[in-house]
Amino acid sequence: MQGRGSNFDEMFDGEGKTRPAYAEYCRWYGEQPPELMRRKNREADDTFRRTGITFNVYGEDDAEERLIPFDMVPRIITASEWRKLSRGIEQRVRALNSFLYDLYHRQEIVRAGRLPERLLRSNDAWLANMVGFTPPGGIYTHIVGIDLVRTGPDEFFVLEDNARTPSGVSYMLENRETMMGMFPDLFSRVAVESVSNYPRRLARSLAACVPPAFSGGKPTVAVLTPGIFNSAYFEHAFLADQMGAELVEGSDLRVVGGRVQMRTTRGYKPIDVLYRRVDDDYLDPLTFNPDSALGVPGIMDVYRAGGITIANAPGTGVADDKAIYSFMPEIVEFYTGEKPLLPNVQTWRCADKDALGYVLDNLAELVVKEVHGSGGYGMLIGPTSSKREIAAFREKLIAKPDNYIAQPTLALSTCPIYTAKGLAPRHLDLRPFVLVSPEGIDITPGGLTRVALKKGSLVVNSSQGGGTKDTWVLKD
Amino acid sequence: MLGRTANSLFWMFRYLERAENTARLLEAALRMALTRDLVTAEAEWRSVIATLGLQKAYEAAHDGYDGLQVWNFVLRGPSNPGNVRTMFGAVRSNARTARTNISSDVWEAVNENWMRIDRLLARPVGQTMVGEVLGAIRRAGTQVHGAFDGSILRDEGYHFARAGTFIERADSTARILDMKYFLLLPSLSYVGSSLDTGQWEQVLRSVAGARVYSWLNAGQIEARGIVEFVVLDDRFPRSLAFCRNALRDCLGALARTHGVEGRAVALMRDSDTRISHLCVDQIFDQGLHEFLIDFLARNASIAHAIAEDYRFHA
Repeated sequence: MQGRGSNFDEMFDGEGKTRPAYAEYCRWYGEQPPELMRRKNREADDTFRRTGITFNVYGEDDAEERLIPFDMVPRIITASEWRKLSRGIEQRVRALNSFLYDLYHRQEIVRAGRLPERLLRSNDAWLANMVGFTPPGGIYTHIVGIDLVRTGPDEFFVLEDNARTPSGVSYMLENRETMMGMFPDLFSRVAVESVSNYPRRLARSLAACVPPAFSGGKPTVAVLTPGIFNSAYFEHAFLADQMGAELVEGSDLRVVGGRVQMRTTRGYKPIDVLYRRVDDDYLDPLTFNPDSALGVPGIMDVYRAGGITIANAPGTGVADDKAIYSFMPEIVEFYTGEKPLLPNVQTWRCADKDALGYVLDNLAELVVKEVHGSGGYGMLIGPTSSKREIAAFREKLIAKPDNYIAQPTLALSTCPIYTAKGLAPRHLDLRPFVLVSPEGIDITPGGLTRVALKKGSLVVNSSQGGGTKDTWVLKD
Repeated sequence: MLGRTANSLFWMFRYLERAENTARLLEAALRMALTRDLVTAEAEWRSVIATLGLQKAYEAAHDGYDGLQVWNFVLRGPSNPGNVRTMFGAVRSNARTARTNISSDVWEAVNENWMRIDRLLARPVGQTMVGEVLGAIRRAGTQVHGAFDGSILRDEGYHFARAGTFIERADSTARILDMKYFLLLPSLSYVGSSLDTGQWEQVLRSVAGARVYSWLNAGQIEARGIVEFVVLDDRFPRSLAFCRNALRDCLGALARTHGVEGRAVALMRDSDTRISHLCVDQIFDQGLHEFLIDFLARNASIAHAIAEDYRFHA
């Protein structure tokens, strides 16, 4: 799809001049022999394949594992841009945590009439058995990914909040490693904020949330993965490895003596903090989906009794809901008493009659998303859809308006990618990663830049053929 | 360490060893087939299939023992669930499962070799390619072991991996010897005379011991000497004695790090008292075949005990 209107390009201004953030990079790029860049581009692919930085695609027999294409042109953010962004992100994440606490306690925001109660009732991620329970340290979202898009020099919007289980941080780290391996001279010329201590900070912030049953010494942290066939297994193994935590599966765990314990070669050993990369539904077959073999029978009872910390807390997915998203400006204001520093994208809630009418009249111009959807699935991008697709979607929308929100098709910013024919602009977004612990909120400079590889496309999801870039925050 | 991870390390190295041993067996047979008459060649391919315990599956799928057919069946046959391509898949998926307990060097050696071998075995392996393919499989073992020795922490994971290696290697050496002995049985009614030295050499080649044996024995090929070398010479890294010593060390180290001796150690001890002071004459007296069958059974029960002692399974 063609981006609409004139897009903001992050590297070049309207007259084709290099913007200041990219000045040194472009000078360096101009000095590189084209043949060297072609060779480096091939090298990058080999590196990712050899190290097995892959993800699995569901529903494709042939390709059990695929690479997420890596583009070797970095995406660069200035120090002052980042300062602004990180203030906005911190405010939003703080509000998210307070919001989750409130939802599972007194629901002041509903009482105050600022959030309709039906949004909770209709929310699949809402967990009744979290009501009245406070997770260790009062933290619900230990790890958050905030998806941002840019439309202009000073215009950043939050596209969605990932409070449940944001993924992609391993790509942020490996992209940087790959870039430093390929272009060491570049990093000696441009001062870039480091991202490499993310795993250490993650380990520290998880260890800061030990449960009441923790018996002292060094907390035992484990990463719970659905297993090697999960699409993000590489990331699970990567993070466990980098944190020095055990990588466990449901079959390794059992409730023994009021604790969740893992089966080691020495017998069962209690886990203090479980960084789970398994959805709520599969976490405890006794509480949720009884067919799940991925979780631990009884873990919710142990959790509520203070025997283990689960990160992120069960039930945080409530906040990922796109209908809740549309209330985020009110939510931020309600809990922080401040105006949101980072705006939302304008959103029509199809549950509202007036909004639905507008959306139905303007389907060809809008992006319509499922309230609980993710990964770029189940959405309509009006401007690129055929009349038939729009007509089919219209019926789904009329049948179940509560299930959808709509947003304008944004003129997403672009940044060039490397192609055989030279640099070519492509649309991108940004997912910064945020760690929350009782010690505070910690945002790794930069994050994961996802980039659409097809000319004009606005879809950046890796499951839909998007790629990634190394993301630089310049030092002052 | 998690029991499941220990299991993955153990089996990762068993499959790696099995793939390498299978490649050696095929290489030896290939050489035999090239240097001898057709009847001998066919018998040799038949013995490869028998040594690997694949007779039933093979004969259900194929008529006759033609080399091309045999090695394709062993390497990549779809009706052979234990083909080498599948073994490498198992090496890699076990390595992925144990990813947090192996170094990047080991993982990359596994992954790169898997990519190469999986590609080589995606299509039928012709006459002109088979040497290259078998070489690639052997080198995969060498590279993974090299990366492993140079980069792995000497904790329990190391010993589980080594235990897998030596359980599998002993199993393979014993089977190769037993099968040849079985085929040669008629000529062994009078040990020491008119043996088919070519066949005995074949045993040595299958366990990568031909050169070193002839160096030690000034080129003399002789049944007693070969059995002594392959079973009892603890300097030779594919002999039963060597594998036994290495496994004993692993079990000892595991018992020390876990602070408790399990059933595997007891079985090992029991088995040691039966073979530690044997000489080759005694082996022939009790019957080489009987000796090897007993050895294989004990080896398998030690493997089983390791899995139990260290909670490989829930």
